[in-house]
Amino acid sequence: MKLIASLLILAFFATVPLWLQDQYYLHTLVVTGIFMLAAMSLNLLLGFTGQLSLGHVAFFGIGAYVSALTSLGFSVTIFGMPIVHEPWPPFVGLIFGALAAGLCGYLIGKLAFRVRGAYFVIVTISFAEVVRLVSLNWVELTNGPLALPGIPPMTLGFEWSGYLTLWGKAQNYYFVLAVIVLTYVLIRRLVYSPYGRAMIALRENETLAVSVGISVTKYLVLAAVFSGALAGLAGGLYAHYIQIIDPMIFMFLNTVTMVIMVITGGKGTLAGPVVGGLIFGIAPVVLRSYVGPEVQWILYGVLMILIVFVLPEGIVPAIERWFNRGGASRSPTGRGASSGGSSGDGSALALSGSGKGNS
Amino acid sequence: MDQLLQHLVNTIIMGGTYALLGIGLTLIFGIMRIVNFTHGELYAFGAYMMYFFATILGMNFFVSIAFAIAAGMLLGAIIEFLLLRPKRGADIDTTMLIMIGAWIVMQNTEHLAWGGIAKSITSPLPEAPLVIGPVSVSWLRVMVLVIALALIAASYMVINRTKLGKAMRATFQDSDTAALMGININSIYTMTFGFGSALAAAAGALLGPVFVVTPTMGDLASLKAFAIVILGGLGNITGAAIGGFILAFAEEIGAGYISSGYRDAMGFVIIIIVLLFRPTGLFAKAERVG
Repeated sequence: MKLIASLLILAFFATVPLWLQDQYYLHTLVVTGIFMLAAMSLNLLLGFTGQLSLGHVAFFGIGAYVSALTSLGFSVTIFGMPIVHEPWPPFVGLIFGALAAGLCGYLIGKLAFRVRGAYFVIVTISFAEVVRLVSLNWVELTNGPLALPGIPPMTLGFEWSGYLTLWGKAQNYYFVLAVIVLTYVLIRRLVYSPYGRAMIALRENETLAVSVGISVTKYLVLAAVFSGALAGLAGGLYAHYIQIIDPMIFMFLNTVTMVIMVITGGKGTLAGPVVGGLIFGIAPVVLRSYVGPEVQWILYGVLMILIVFVLPEGIVPAIERWFNRGGASRSPTGRGASSGGSSGDGSALALSGSGKGNS
Repeated sequence: MDQLLQHLVNTIIMGGTYALLGIGLTLIFGIMRIVNFTHGELYAFGAYMMYFFATILGMNFFVSIAFAIAAGMLLGAIIEFLLLRPKRGADIDTTMLIMIGAWIVMQNTEHLAWGGIAKSITSPLPEAPLVIGPVSVSWLRVMVLVIALALIAASYMVINRTKLGKAMRATFQDSDTAALMGININSIYTMTFGFGSALAAAAGALLGPVFVVTPTMGDLASLKAFAIVILGGLGNITGAAIGGFILAFAEEIGAGYISSGYRDAMGFVIIIIVLLFRPTGLFAKAERVG
């Protein structure tokens, strides 16, 4: 039943470029898809392990810069040693971008999970700011505030099959859609695997999870690596689609966008970031004809506060509950009936963990 | 050598306002355990209020500073009352999301209300700098330091010597027992948040005339305040005061001897180093467990 619904939704999105001729709307959908991917990666940390990464844009931006520089080539001098890199195909760049972001996820995970909670948040923000300042000041490599133009569009294929360069909006749309579907399936498999269950166990009750032999650091670092790599992948897609990037990519507001997508859609659910991503990808296009960007941001801020107050679980769990009013909750991923229904503030577990703040 | 002396003087002057920011946040973040992203916005709010009172209304410079601080305190108390009081006892992530929302709303409201163009506040102090040997410093900056030090001393007195300060410390050590002893803990929470916010607004009102006032000036201020609080240890007032001066010193040396582009990176480097080697802060006594 659920599978059929998913396939129908997917079929609908596959037909969009056939009837949507307006290039601007198609462009909006491509960018929405890329940010949706970033939100899905954030959801791995925020939703499934309960760690709020507020520097997520760093992974996104590192993926974008590494992918762009790999395919553009660069020559820099580090400590008097010249390093020259010849351009490689964009697809290799995309993979390198994801790997570099995953490596950063590993380092940040190793560092930050020794001190969690508020500290983790602050380390991730600091990391993003340091990366932003490096991208702004290392002019030789990144071109600094002058931006990095002329990034080649994504090219697919092998020597024996011929190459396809994604110039058009519709081609990029299908590519991003394919990556989203793959990522969704991958995250789904991860979440339902023993690894995913261990992460959820850590989120729900760390003391209990540790007592049955789940290693905190191992699973949290694993989640950070995976999440970072996915965000880097999204960043790489962005760089090759937009074809120009500058240090503004590291803006804190981009992280906030991802956070809003995840918490509105429903953190810790598979569909949450997809729903939230669609809403906040399309909302600016609808709103822009009525109000300026400042008012839009004010509305998003107010909405974020309202969501926390009114619908702390997000939209997807609320809809699921509405559908399953009769039946028992069976999703192992959602915050089911066992955790008291409200995300955190109501459950006894959450209170014993951080309510008093005397860790 | 002369250059180093000048850097040290600049350090002391910036350090005073950083210390104000840090003490304000250590009350809110360190003691109330609220990851307060509005702190930088209250700093910006203080600067805009200073602009409003001193430049638009043309009021006396020092009266304007007092009014800006009062306005910051009021706004802080309102934020606490409206957004945090209903979520008392919620986990740290919940309040953090609320504060991020509030931060976006405040910053964009400022942008909407005042426009994106930087505002400058005129000061009544003489333009000619004060020159002592090889070091020169403007009278405005000297005044900023004097007021900042006075405010630091005043907050230290309030927290350690008054009945209100005692009630605050009691509430955050054990709010249930404090309530049983007849302390109105709800009003203590509101007052503490207001007090912390007032210090942020004071820093903004003092630095507004030194630099310019822009809607996004609060972003870095928030993050720097977090760096100071982590440096000094959560909830450690003295630590935050010293942390403010250390951050100012690191920035000054970083900008002077490495590259001025990395001035603002110093705070984040400090955060990462401190958390690697001394996660409880530089001045922590052994932390109580349980």
